[in-house]
Order: sequence, then C-alpha cells, then structure tokens
Amino acid sequence: MSDKDKDIDTETGIETTGHEWDGIKELNNPLPRWWLWCFYLTIIWGIGYVIAYPAWPVVNGATKGLLGYSTRGEVQREIDAYATQNAELTEALATVDLASLADNDELNRFAVAGGGAVFRAHCSQCHGSGAAGAKGYPNLLDDDWLWGGELTEIAYTIRHGIRNETDDNARYSQMPAFGDMLEPEEIDQLVHKVLALSGAEHDAQMAGAGDALYADNCSSCHGEAGLGDRELGAPNLTDAIWLYGGDAESLHDTITYSRFGVMPPWGPRLSDAEVNAVAAYVHQLGGGE
Amino acid sequence: MLNYVKLIALALITLFAAMAASWGRDLAYQVHAVLIMLIGAGMFIWVLRQTDEPKVAVDSSGYMDGVVRAGVIATGFWGCIGFLVGVVIAFQLAFPVLNFDWGQPFTNFGRLRPLHTSAVIFAFGGNALIMSCFYIVQRTSGARLWGGNLAWFVFWGYQLFIVLAATGYVLGSTQSKEYAEPEWYVDIWLTIVWLALLAVFMGTLFRRRERHIYVANWFLLSFIITVAMLHVVNNLSIPVSIWGSKSVQVFSGVQDAMVQWWYGHNAVGFFLTAGFLGMMYYFVPKQAGRPVYSYKLSIIHFWALIFLYIWAGPHHLHYTALPDWAGTLGMVFSIILWMPSWGGMINGLMTLQGAWDKLRTDPIIRMMVVSLAFYGMSTFEGPMMSIRAVNSLSHYTDWTIGHVHSGALGWNGMITFGAIYFLTPKLWGRAQMYSMSAINWHFWLATIGIVLYASSMWVSGIMEGLMWREVDAQGFLVNSFADTVSAKFPMYVVRGLGGVLYLIGALIMAWNMWMTIRGGVRVHAPVGVPAE
Repeated sequence: MSDKDKDIDTETGIETTGHEWDGIKELNNPLPRWWLWCFYLTIIWGIGYVIAYPAWPVVNGATKGLLGYSTRGEVQREIDAYATQNAELTEALATVDLASLADNDELNRFAVAGGGAVFRAHCSQCHGSGAAGAKGYPNLLDDDWLWGGELTEIAYTIRHGIRNETDDNARYSQMPAFGDMLEPEEIDQLVHKVLALSGAEHDAQMAGAGDALYADNCSSCHGEAGLGDRELGAPNLTDAIWLYGGDAESLHDTITYSRFGVMPPWGPRLSDAEVNAVAAYVHQLGGGE
Repeated sequence: MLNYVKLIALALITLFAAMAASWGRDLAYQVHAVLIMLIGAGMFIWVLRQTDEPKVAVDSSGYMDGVVRAGVIATGFWGCIGFLVGVVIAFQLAFPVLNFDWGQPFTNFGRLRPLHTSAVIFAFGGNALIMSCFYIVQRTSGARLWGGNLAWFVFWGYQLFIVLAATGYVLGSTQSKEYAEPEWYVDIWLTIVWLALLAVFMGTLFRRRERHIYVANWFLLSFIITVAMLHVVNNLSIPVSIWGSKSVQVFSGVQDAMVQWWYGHNAVGFFLTAGFLGMMYYFVPKQAGRPVYSYKLSIIHFWALIFLYIWAGPHHLHYTALPDWAGTLGMVFSIILWMPSWGGMINGLMTLQGAWDKLRTDPIIRMMVVSLAFYGMSTFEGPMMSIRAVNSLSHYTDWTIGHVHSGALGWNGMITFGAIYFLTPKLWGRAQMYSMSAINWHFWLATIGIVLYASSMWVSGIMEGLMWREVDAQGFLVNSFADTVSAKFPMYVVRGLGGVLYLIGALIMAWNMWMTIRGGVRVHAPVGVPAE
C-alpha cells in the first residue's frame, strides 16, 4: 500500500486499516503498552503459581506444588492451632465433674464461651439465637425446667435428647390424646380447670366441673396441685409459662391431640467437652439450678 | 404441496401434545402439552386457510428488519418483566411475609428466583443478543438474512422456549442446575432453535459482500457456537418418562458440579460477555460516529478471551469436594483473563477519542460509557474474587450477588438500553426517540439504582462473610447464622429500592419506545424571545 492510499483519521491523525463496514472503520493503533505488560505479568505470575500450588493433573492424581499446599490442610491447620492452644482446658472439661465446675473459674469461663459457640451453631435453629425459644421450643432463659435445671440434668438432656427414636436413653414420656377418651364437653371443662390452675381468666362453673376429671386423668403426671413432675417432663400448669400456648384454644388442642416435642440426641455429634460446654452455657443463661 | 406436508406435521404434533396432556405425570408437563396443542392447532388452521390460495410475493431485496423490530419489542417487554420479578424477590428476602400463603407454592422465593434470573439473562439478554445478531450481521455483511423465514422461526421458537421455561419454574418443573433449570424437552427445543440461529448467522456471513468479517461478528459467532456446546453438555440427562418433565442427570457428584460451573461460568463468559461485546463493537462506534480504537487490540483480546474463559469455571467450587488442582487452574486462568477482558473496555472507551464532547449532549453515549465502566469494574472484580483467599470470604455471601448485578445491570443492561435507543428510531423510520429527556431520566434512575444495589450488596456480603468467620481468642464462633441474617436487613431494603429505581427507568424506556413506534414527535417549543 503506497502512502497516498493510506486512509488517515482526521480527528486523531491515526491511520486506519482501510476496511469499512456499514460506515465503521478501524484505527491501526498498537496494543497499549501498559495493557500488554499487565497481560504478560499475569501470565508470568500464573506460571509461578501453578509451580508453587497443586495444579496439573497427571495419570494418578495431580502435581502437588512446591509449597505442599492443600485447602483441607489449610483449614486443618487453623483448627489444630486452636485445639493445641485449648488442649488442657478441653481435656479438663471433657472429664470434669459438672457439679464442681463452678469452683474452677478458668474452666467455667472456657466452658461458657465454647458452649455459646456450640449453641449458636447447633441449638439456635430451634431455641433461637438468643435462647428465648419459640412455640414448641422451650425458652432456656427462665427457671421453668421440664426435665430439670441442674447442670448434670441439662447435660443429660443434651446428650440423649427427648422423645427421639435414635437414643435408647432419651428422656421419654407421652401425654395421651384425650380427644379419643373424653367427651368434647369434658375437654372444655378441663380447659377451664387448667386456666384456673394457672390463675388465668376462666369460667368458675366449668372449672369446678373439671375438678374430678383433672384428678382422674391429669393429676398422676401434673400433680394434684398442677405443679408438674420433672421425672416425667410434665409441665408445671400453675405458672404463666406455656410451651404451646396458654389460651383456651391452644389448651383445647393440647388436651385433645396431645403434644410430642422431639429433641435429637447430641451425644453422637458433639464431643464430651462440647456437651459439657453447652450445658454450662445454657445453665448460666438465667435459670440454672 | 409443501403445505400438505406442513399440515400433516402440525396435525401429528397437535395429536401427540393432546396425548401428552392427558397422560402427563405432572402439572408443568400437562400445562406445557396443552400449550403446544393449542399452538399446533392454531398453526394448523392458519396453514389450512392459506393452502391453495395465490401466494403473496415477499419483497426480499432489502435487509430483513421485521424480525429485528420484533426482537427490539421482545427485549423491552421481557426486560420489564424480569426487573419486576427481581424487585418482588428482593423484597421477599427483606420481608419474608411477602411469600404469601395464598400463592404457595407458586409464588414463593424458591420458584420466583429462577424466573427472575432466566427472565433477565435469557429473555431480556437473549432477545437483545438475537436481535443484535440479526441486525449487525446484515449491516456489516451487506447481505440480507439467510434462510428466509428461518429467522422468524428463531424468534418465535425462542419466545416459546422462554414461556415454557418460565411457566415450568412456577409450576415446579426444574432440574435444579443454576441458569440451566429447564427440563429435558425444553432443552431439546432450545437446541433446535439455537442451531437454526447458527444457520441463519453463518448463512448470512457466507453471503457477505465485504471481504473481511467485522469484529462484532467474531464475538457473536463465538457466542452462538459456544453456548450451543455448553447447553448440550450441561443438559445431558435421561428423562424418567416421555410423559413427564423429570429427568436424571448423566453426571453425578462433583463431576456434575464441575460440568454445571463450566457451563455456568461460560454462560457469563460467552452469553453475557462475548455476545454483548459483539453488540458493543457495533453500537458504540455507530453511536459515537468514530472508528474502532485498535484493530490489533480487538484481535488479541478476542482470541485471548475465548481461549481463557472456557477454563475458568472451577473457581466457583473453591473449598468444596473439587480437587485443589482444578481450583488452581480455574483461578490462574481467571487472573490471566483480566487483561483480555479489559481489552474490550479499552477498545470501547477509546473509540470515543475525538467524540468525548458527546457525553454532555448524548444520553445514549452516556449509557454506553457507563456500561463499559461497569464492564471494566466487574471484570476486575471477578478475577479478584476467584483468588482462593478472597473467595474464602466472598463465597456464598451477597458479595457474589452484588458482583453479578454490577455486571448484569451495569454492563448488560446499559449496553442493551443503548442499543434499543439506537435501533428503535432507525427500525421504525423516525428521526430520533420520542423524548430525549426521558432517556436522561432513564440514565440517572438506572445508574443510581445500580449504585444502591451494588454498594448495599458489597456491604452486606463482606459483613456477612466476616461475621461467619469471626472467632474469639479461643477459636469459638462468635455469631449464629440467624445473627448474620438479621444484620443484613437494612441492606436488603436498600437493595430493593435500587431495584425499584432500575425498574422505573426501564418502564420509562418502554413508554418512550411505544411513543416512538407510534410515530409521535415531541414538540420542543423554544422559549419566546421578548420583542425589542
């Protein structure tokens, strides 16, 4: 192409390639230097990286890389570092007699801190991240305990769970569904009896009619005065704390159909130290005995 | 004679669809069968009425622009639908009560989310790409589209694919692969449509009257070919029954995950990057009235981009069951991809050399420049997030969502709006868009919307990543998952508001398109000069 054939762009004074499509031309600018050097640098860095890190597949496996790096190894190292740092305390926590945990200040603090982490990872899904519970999931901040609020009792509940089918030592009890056994009007009377026990607004006549029904059907577990029985996980009916609701409708459902709250056993999934830790954490939330 | 063959084929399709509707094993499949049956019967009647009638001669001397006009309208329409669903699910995340009981299970987040992603990527983006392919390949080849009505088959076939995919999601038919959710029969249909698109595009290129193939067409062709390959491989599956939508993937476990992200990343690479670069290489020089900055750069960055992108998928699977070596390669190719990606941004922005003053006067150029700026930003952010150490913080957080949207809303959305504003007056023979000030409004609403969206997701994502990994001095986790969810609430509201702004901008565009197509010209009366 001779000089006079050259097509020069008037705005920039740069030569074009001489092609044109639908009015679009192309300037013959060189590659921007900084762009090219950055491109080369990333390639050089890439070559270095694949030598240093596992990268190339070969017949059985892949090159390991000069640094011997692996993602699993990276995570394991972090876990191991804390495990080593905490080894003594973890060992002590796994074997401690829970009744005397409060005497060892350092161990107790370690247990509560670690238990909080276990709780947030495994327990908060049902009991709430603040441990205040929800309908059907007990509030762990109060001093109303279904199966006992001492450290050892809490640890037992965590380890074996409640009414599950996987742990033979799970805490177990079952309230009958009285819908099959009592007349609808008898259930209404019982509802008012229970309302009366808890000090809520109720129909005195109905509640009176429910006295005998209560004594025959309920008192063996909930006690004559309605104070409950922790051996059986039978709730105290005289306070204002209700797991499934304390209004007439909820009580009606509870008596008619019964309830069957299940908690999984955490023994198989947590270490002994972790079970003790989360028990210590729950114990100090407010209601521990 | 041909009409009789058509009639027999349509009758068979309608009959088969009727059988499928009655024997279908799930709701989505049955609804789809009824839809096919109605379409088949409708076309049967239409063909029947034309049979043995004198043929109306079609003028095929000029460019074939009818199908491009349809594509422009479809792009605007699906864009508004996709953005609307996006706004709905953004607020569903902020306020879960919006998963209304009366709408279950059809309108819960899980079913609307793929509806949103597919509507914006495949319906809005896909229609934009197909209509751009049809327009650009004709103009830069100096040739009419090859294949006659095949281009119309591509258009309507693609709309049918969109409707089948969208209704399938809502009715619960999904193969649970991200961005590849449609089930087997929808995949087969898309393959047929896509091969027809390839035929139209290649046929037109072969017919070209220019000696060289323009750079935009390289990108568009690589987009069409690679998406065909990705789509077929990632959707290899065996239907449980010919009368049901469920199918079983050929790959399993980590191999399935790797194939899925090889597909997923290259859907980004070849659909949302290469394809849209093809649009950029035509519409930016045309709108600016300037030559492309560097021919050399376009060659080098094209080949580097398509060679490197295809390997980058494993960076989606860091710290999973995927072997470390595969992750390393994905990450290294992603980093080397940085400069080839930026080549497109440099070539686009520098094309404005000598026309920078248009930024002040031309809102369409402004949209294209913002689009390229977001392209440059997200193609830097992407390689950075592929680095293992960064990924260990960013993965599974909202940072990824912010990254995707700065690319999708900023790059893909803005360049498409620019293309629509370029094409609408041209295709309908108007001097310019009905209202230039409406384009200005659209520009600012969309830009502010993107900024709100991306920045709220960065804050939320990085906060969430830091909260997940936060441990105390003894190595114990500090936060529960629910803590991180509740901490994100304000950012979720801001994100939703950003989406609202973006949606309003798109609705203004739809109105502006409508007024332009109708033929109105806005009278802009100058302020009167006082008498001397």
